[in-house]
Amino acid sequence: MVEHRPIVTFVSHLVLIFGVAIIAFPIWITFVASTHEAARMVQIPLPLLPGDQFFKNLELTLFKGLEGAGAPPVGFMMVNSLVMALMIAVGKIAISLISAFAIVYFKFPFRMGFFWMIFITLMLPVEVRILPTFEVVANLGMLNTYWGLSIPLIASATATFMFRQVFLTIPDELLEAARIDGAGPMRFFVDILIPLSRTNIAALFVILFIYGWNQYLWPLLVTTDQSMYTVVMGIKQMLEAAEQSPDWHQIMMTSLLAMLPPVFVVVFMQRLFVRGLTETEK
Amino acid sequence: MAEIHLNKVHKSYGADEVLHGVDWHIRDGEFVVIVGPSGCGKSTLLRMIAGLEGISQGEISIGERVVNDLEPAERDIAMVFQNYALYPHMSVYNNMAYGLKIKGIAKDEIEKRVNRTAEILEIRDYLKRSPRQLSGGQRQRVAMGRAIVREPSVFLFDEPLSNLDAKLRVQMRLEIKKLQERLGITSVYVTHDQVEAMTLGHRLMVLNGGYVEQLGTPIELYERPATAFVAGFIGSPSMNFLDAKISEDGKKAVFPGGDALDLPGDLAKHANHRVTVGMRPEHLQVDEGKSETTSQTVQVVEHLGADTLVHGTFGSGNSDLIVRLKGIRTIGKGEVLPLAIDPRNIHVFDPDSGKRLDS
Repeated sequence: MVEHRPIVTFVSHLVLIFGVAIIAFPIWITFVASTHEAARMVQIPLPLLPGDQFFKNLELTLFKGLEGAGAPPVGFMMVNSLVMALMIAVGKIAISLISAFAIVYFKFPFRMGFFWMIFITLMLPVEVRILPTFEVVANLGMLNTYWGLSIPLIASATATFMFRQVFLTIPDELLEAARIDGAGPMRFFVDILIPLSRTNIAALFVILFIYGWNQYLWPLLVTTDQSMYTVVMGIKQMLEAAEQSPDWHQIMMTSLLAMLPPVFVVVFMQRLFVRGLTETEK
Repeated sequence: MAEIHLNKVHKSYGADEVLHGVDWHIRDGEFVVIVGPSGCGKSTLLRMIAGLEGISQGEISIGERVVNDLEPAERDIAMVFQNYALYPHMSVYNNMAYGLKIKGIAKDEIEKRVNRTAEILEIRDYLKRSPRQLSGGQRQRVAMGRAIVREPSVFLFDEPLSNLDAKLRVQMRLEIKKLQERLGITSVYVTHDQVEAMTLGHRLMVLNGGYVEQLGTPIELYERPATAFVAGFIGSPSMNFLDAKISEDGKKAVFPGGDALDLPGDLAKHANHRVTVGMRPEHLQVDEGKSETTSQTVQVVEHLGADTLVHGTFGSGNSDLIVRLKGIRTIGKGEVLPLAIDPRNIHVFDPDSGKRLDS
């Protein structure tokens, strides 16, 4: 239904602008706050226009961090976050690809049983199993390590399930052609299955990277050493610098920095992302 | 170059037996066709030769080797699939080269072989394209190229033409035949299309419900079908089947309406038995002269140009009968055509077992 009455155009634009404003306004405030001095941010009314301290704040936040808050420089935390998010995304994709491959292409006893066991873990996210998982990680001595940060988040039913669906759409004849060409199972996996799932892998990477980057509760538990703090939990730490009023300019700068990598990932992988979720032709 | 021996080959899925013992010796360089309706087990048999399906019982050998327990890649075969099964993410060149790469053949040798094969199939211009940029016919050629480039001792074709349109199908059929003659490689071809089977095969195997109905050359199958099934399957439009009874002296078939036709031989041992009489539409001819032996009451006339198909009822009974007449005829509805048939073209089958009855 396409209509060209001005009132419809007006109303639909109004609704859209309203929607954008709701989402964009807090981000704008974050940006504005990151461009003023600490003192300006505790005066009322709060500024709505950017100040001139952006680069100074940026330098301070990235390389020095918040003094007295017991937090390392944000640049350092971002590296931690990046390593954790990449480990989670890559690890999840690798494990899910392999387990989906096993479930779809191999016949072994209790195959469907294993599949359903993996599937059931959908009901057990980290938040639910947090105590036993912490116990295991602590006993393995993985507290305050990247392994401890990422491994418990790697096992993934969603991704396994998604790759299973992708593999099921790949015609059996391709497998048969590959067998006649002399490709063994691993060769088939590497030469044919992975290239054919590459758009799905990209889409999943985007989702998982953001998932990993945004982790809060788990890093909070397993890191006690400042050198392992991630940026998302770092923001919270900064607010708890008890004896003084919060340094809003730096906290907001940190928030801004924390938002950037997911935005970059989405922007640069958007095309692949959409193709991965919609493409059906094999 | 190899012979293929099928020795009492059975296939069952659980308790379901789908192939009930197939014996066949396919000669070196021969082009054989396995034909039958869908679900008769023909693709299963081909896939067993390829090694994509296990063999429940019996033995298959290619050349001198029993291949029952060999992987498909070790059987020295190449297969062309119905939906081509090209690797969609690889260029045409890589599709053809993939098997050779796995075998560990040197790069320049692979290039030589792929180029030579592409030359034969006239697909040199597409080598860099990906399969999705090709038309159905071109994909079919690439699929065949992938088979040829392996230089196997046996080609297996699994209904390779059924995804093509009618015109292209006829053209590719001829090309496959020429190619097979030129390369002289033993080939097994599966199809449900009897015209493809008749035109391509040196010899045919007709399968029905997992049983071999008949083995033979196209002409043998056409002239002396061993069962009513084969008789009905080979030829288009298919053979007319009429219920009849053998006369006392075994020399005539007597139809319910009272008509009688001479039989090719003496069937005295089946005297007074119920039988099924088969007559091909093209063997019944209009005869205004004395030799007229039966007639047809016309219901519908179809003009094909070269031939005219006349649908109607047989003699004074009301069984359906199709007659194929040469050229264009003007025949009106309700007309009664005088028909004649050479007794040698009459086939008699047992109505229960479907087996051919001979004197």
